[in-house]
Amino acid sequence: MSSTHIVSIYDEELKYLSRRISEMGGTAEQMVADSVRALVTTDGALAQKVISEDVILDTAERQINDKAIVTIAKRQPVAADLREIMGAIRIAAELERVGDLGKNTAKRVIAVQSSGMPRKLTRGLEHLAELTLIQLKEVLDVYATRSVEKAKAIRERDDEIDAIYTSLFRELLTYMMEDPRNITPCTHLLFCAKNIERIGDHATNIAETIYYMATGSQPEGERPKDDTSTSVVTADVTEASE
Amino acid sequence: MNMMSEAAVEKALDKKMNDISYKMIGKDVSVYYGDKRALYDVNLNVRQNTVTALIGPSGCGKSTFLRTLNRMNDTIEGCRVTGRITLDTDDIYDPNIDVVELRARVGMVFQKPNPFPKSIYENVAYGPRIHGLAKAKADMDAIVESSLQKAGLWNEVKDRLLEGGTGLSGGQQQRLCIARAVAVSPEVILMDEPCSALDPIATAKVEELIHELRANFTIVIVTHSMQQAARVSQRTAMFHLGNLVEENDTDKMFTNPDDQRTQDYIMGRFG
Repeated sequence: MSSTHIVSIYDEELKYLSRRISEMGGTAEQMVADSVRALVTTDGALAQKVISEDVILDTAERQINDKAIVTIAKRQPVAADLREIMGAIRIAAELERVGDLGKNTAKRVIAVQSSGMPRKLTRGLEHLAELTLIQLKEVLDVYATRSVEKAKAIRERDDEIDAIYTSLFRELLTYMMEDPRNITPCTHLLFCAKNIERIGDHATNIAETIYYMATGSQPEGERPKDDTSTSVVTADVTEASE
Repeated sequence: MNMMSEAAVEKALDKKMNDISYKMIGKDVSVYYGDKRALYDVNLNVRQNTVTALIGPSGCGKSTFLRTLNRMNDTIEGCRVTGRITLDTDDIYDPNIDVVELRARVGMVFQKPNPFPKSIYENVAYGPRIHGLAKAKADMDAIVESSLQKAGLWNEVKDRLLEGGTGLSGGQQQRLCIARAVAVSPEVILMDEPCSALDPIATAKVEELIHELRANFTIVIVTHSMQQAARVSQRTAMFHLGNLVEENDTDKMFTNPDDQRTQDYIMGRFG
């Protein structure tokens, strides 16, 4: 945004949207980090905190949408302004979903806790979460700076998360085959892993939206994908574990 | 395989370019009012059966350019036009061209509705009569009816054709002026802020009319309302300080214009 509007209150309205998006981003990031920590340390109280925070994101998304609709109706935005507002609506929706996924992970903490999960089962998950959180944090930084180059770079990195997710999928299957008592916690952990992998996808969607907001065109080419967990069969896993 | 498909795309693009037919071509058009230069070497082509909107801040030259298209600037003392403007293949600044004939081919609708102080019927019949377009009364009746039909005014005035044109509402008067312009079967219709004196409902009716007229006419419209340019046109040209800054598809102009000045103007920003 190199110049300001002749009507200064219009600038205020746009600033409101970007400020609220940044706040949502901070909350979503914190929720995801807390949900994983609650899972790894089986901290029920922390999980409860994450669950209760989801409403903050729901409310913020609604407020951003309401403000965006009013701004469109009043100002008839065009070009970069229109993309700014449409982008805010889309990113708010992505962040709201990120919050939901964090909340779902937190909800599973109690179940995993009561099934007496061995510590080693969560190690792969921690690594996956670490990468996803970096992705999420960077995409929020890119939202603030609107760097087209960095938005592109983030989009191209999503396949790392996919690859780790696939290997984690195999690992958890192996634990389940080793000992049927692992099945309950591992199934919950699989859902958690899927949640975290999905958060990575949402971060990538946000990167694509920022790219569009800045350039007015969609990033070219398919985004790289390396989630092959859909084709993993037990024979693969037995082989891998031997 | 890849090479072939690329060549095919090139060919399709070429064909598309060739399919565009230009009704009017403006080449290096400059306009001077005495010593003051109002337009700088404008190259702008007007596509056939297309609505082209001219936008830009006050004094940018958009109305000046519009008026060069049917030599309305001839009426202004000390105004000089250089460059070349063609209508189909005819150079409209050729000394041998009949200006009255030109203005029959390139009609104009002004900012303020300006019906003649005559009946509704006579307002529409006036042009065809002086151009000798109708021989019998029945022919003239047909022209008046079809022109009022095209201007979307027929149903509102068919029972009072002999009443004065100035007794109509502003929006109806403007559509009467459009009917009057349409009556001489022009090829191009120039509109200089045709809705700026109208309320939103009357504006919507004129915009709907512009949309329908496009099938039979080529339209160039000057408007101060960017939203109107976005709504009615397929091509938009942006003027600034007497220069043509950018001319593009309207869809592109209002979502992702190429020029920063266009961007700043349409978004209501300081440059």
